[in-house]
Amino acid sequence: MLQIKNLHASIDGKDILKGINLTVNAGEVHAIMGPNGSGKSTLSAVLAGNEAFKVTEGEVHYFGKDLLEMSAENRSREGIFLSFQYPIEIPGVSMVNFMKTAVNEHRKYKGLDPIAASDFLKLMRDKKELVGIDSQLTNRSVNEGFSGGEKKKNEIFQMAMLEPILAILDETDSGLDIDALRVVANGVNKLKTKDNAAIVITHYQRLLDYIVPDFVHVLSQGKIIKTGGKELALELEEKGYDWLK
Amino acid sequence: MDLKQKYIQLLESFNDSVSKESDSLLGQYRKVGIQGLKTNGLPTSSDEQWLYTNLEPIFEYDWNAKTKGMDEKVNLDEVFSCDVPNLDTHVVLLINGHYFKQNNTSDLPSEVLMGGLADFSSTHSDIIKKYLFKAADVNQKMNALNATLAQDGLFLFIPKNVQLEKPIQIINIAYGNEEYFVNQHNLIVVEEGSKAQIAFCDHTLNPTKFFVNQLTEVHLEANAHLEFYNVQNSNADTVQVSSICVNQHRDSNFLSNIVSLHGGTIRNELRVKLLESGASCDVSGVNLTDRKQHVDSHTQIDHLAPHCDSNQLYKGIYDDEGTGAFTGRIVVHPGAQKTTAFQSNKNMLLTSNAKVNTRPQLEIYADDVKCSHGATTGQLDQKAMFYLRARGIEKNEARMLMMYAFANEIVSKIKIEPLAIRIEGLINRRLRGELSRCANCVIQCG
Repeated sequence: MLQIKNLHASIDGKDILKGINLTVNAGEVHAIMGPNGSGKSTLSAVLAGNEAFKVTEGEVHYFGKDLLEMSAENRSREGIFLSFQYPIEIPGVSMVNFMKTAVNEHRKYKGLDPIAASDFLKLMRDKKELVGIDSQLTNRSVNEGFSGGEKKKNEIFQMAMLEPILAILDETDSGLDIDALRVVANGVNKLKTKDNAAIVITHYQRLLDYIVPDFVHVLSQGKIIKTGGKELALELEEKGYDWLK
Repeated sequence: MDLKQKYIQLLESFNDSVSKESDSLLGQYRKVGIQGLKTNGLPTSSDEQWLYTNLEPIFEYDWNAKTKGMDEKVNLDEVFSCDVPNLDTHVVLLINGHYFKQNNTSDLPSEVLMGGLADFSSTHSDIIKKYLFKAADVNQKMNALNATLAQDGLFLFIPKNVQLEKPIQIINIAYGNEEYFVNQHNLIVVEEGSKAQIAFCDHTLNPTKFFVNQLTEVHLEANAHLEFYNVQNSNADTVQVSSICVNQHRDSNFLSNIVSLHGGTIRNELRVKLLESGASCDVSGVNLTDRKQHVDSHTQIDHLAPHCDSNQLYKGIYDDEGTGAFTGRIVVHPGAQKTTAFQSNKNMLLTSNAKVNTRPQLEIYADDVKCSHGATTGQLDQKAMFYLRARGIEKNEARMLMMYAFANEIVSKIKIEPLAIRIEGLINRRLRGELSRCANCVIQCG
């Protein structure tokens, strides 16, 4: 579904990605690991359409379409979901209004009528249960005053609501205690089907005990320097990254 | 001859006819007003108080000095099509500064007095004499002008220990096919232990150019509670100067909330004097401008006694070439110990041509107080915009959500729920540009 070829990207004139090649097929889970500053978050931001980053070279195809030509909102409507490393607090915008707007924008794109109020409430209820999120959280403003763990659970909840085809989880495990990590990983696993795929960006092997990857890629200085199976993550845990350089 | 001379001459020549038409109580202030104008002149842009709002073009305009009330040929159905659904209120209508004679106030408790200030000046002169120009300073420039020309306005008197269950809704309209200079003086008195909610809706009914100079005096006696909501929705040619002056006595509580939805040039002044201990006020407002609109909020809170609280929150969203200003002054006078006074002004500029001037000011002459003030001006948070778009929300829709959230902090202070819902809806449509499109008849928004 996704082909990344020789992708280069920069921010504020500084080159971050220096030729990424990656192919993701339906049903696969790809883990991307690497030291700080290697470009992991930049890759996720570029895929999600963050205009702060400039693509200087290369191409990305998503189901044959030129992904880089699409607006951030259309990428979402086409099934790409980014779980943010640092979810944004938006005071005054209620979770309910936010989700309802998002769901309806997705439906409009598909030529469907807005969701009926009762169906929407049921959908919220079902997905909250699936993800194991505190039902009080959806009565508040988007991420406002949420703890770190609540913010990450909220990302997975939004993912459940929007049912993406390609989920990109940007350090969804960072800052989580083991219980919250289990909840988040469980949510991700429950949403997994043979037709969708996930790119899991992480620092730590720990998350990969719960979300088992088909491939592990090591990103360093803007390039993928090694690719292996899930055992590569264990090796990295043991030896660190230096031996690869 | 400069503008000031021109106005003084004009007003003096009208003095007789104006006085003849109005009750002697209001008439007493005409000469005082002219004297005030002679001493202080009209507001000019070099005036410290008027740095950001230039009224000179509006004074230069020939208003033909209409001083008579309009013939009241108003289609009431049309006016009330903008009524707030599900809100059960006592509704009265004022047209061009005059109390509409056919208003029916029979559903009010009998001890409450409500009607035209001119009428009550003759029947209840003792009450009016006690309060008229006691909260407002007749020497302030626009007040002086108001004193020379205003003939009527709303009079509301709520005697001791009356708790009004239903809000009072005042539909205050400027109406007519000819340009008109409205001068209106409202007087609201809430006596000891009484409580009321007032929703003041300012509208223009025609696309005509209006100049509205509205003075509202409020007196809150001991332990009186008043909520004062004001929605301003006028056409883009209208200039509105609205001044609210409040005197608060022991343990009284005043809440004001001004939503400036639409208008040409709006100047909102709010002056609150916390005269006795235990008095508190919570005042807020939101300015929404686009195109070439201008809204200037000007507040002064005087803490004159110990143990008083004041809280101010003013926000503004400025789009296109919209401009605005906030000047907020808190004065903690000597002896006003244990004061708490907070003030915050937050602005959002949506284009590089939009502009806002903000001046939070704090003067403290007591040593045991808790005060803060601050102002922020910024653009839409781009990180939040990306977050919303990454969930599939169109750029414009995301922008709407953000602006709406920004304004909603003010709406959430409205304690009358159906009114809050109504205003929420109006703001929503305003931000989508749907209100300015029918600006020639903004009232038909039902």
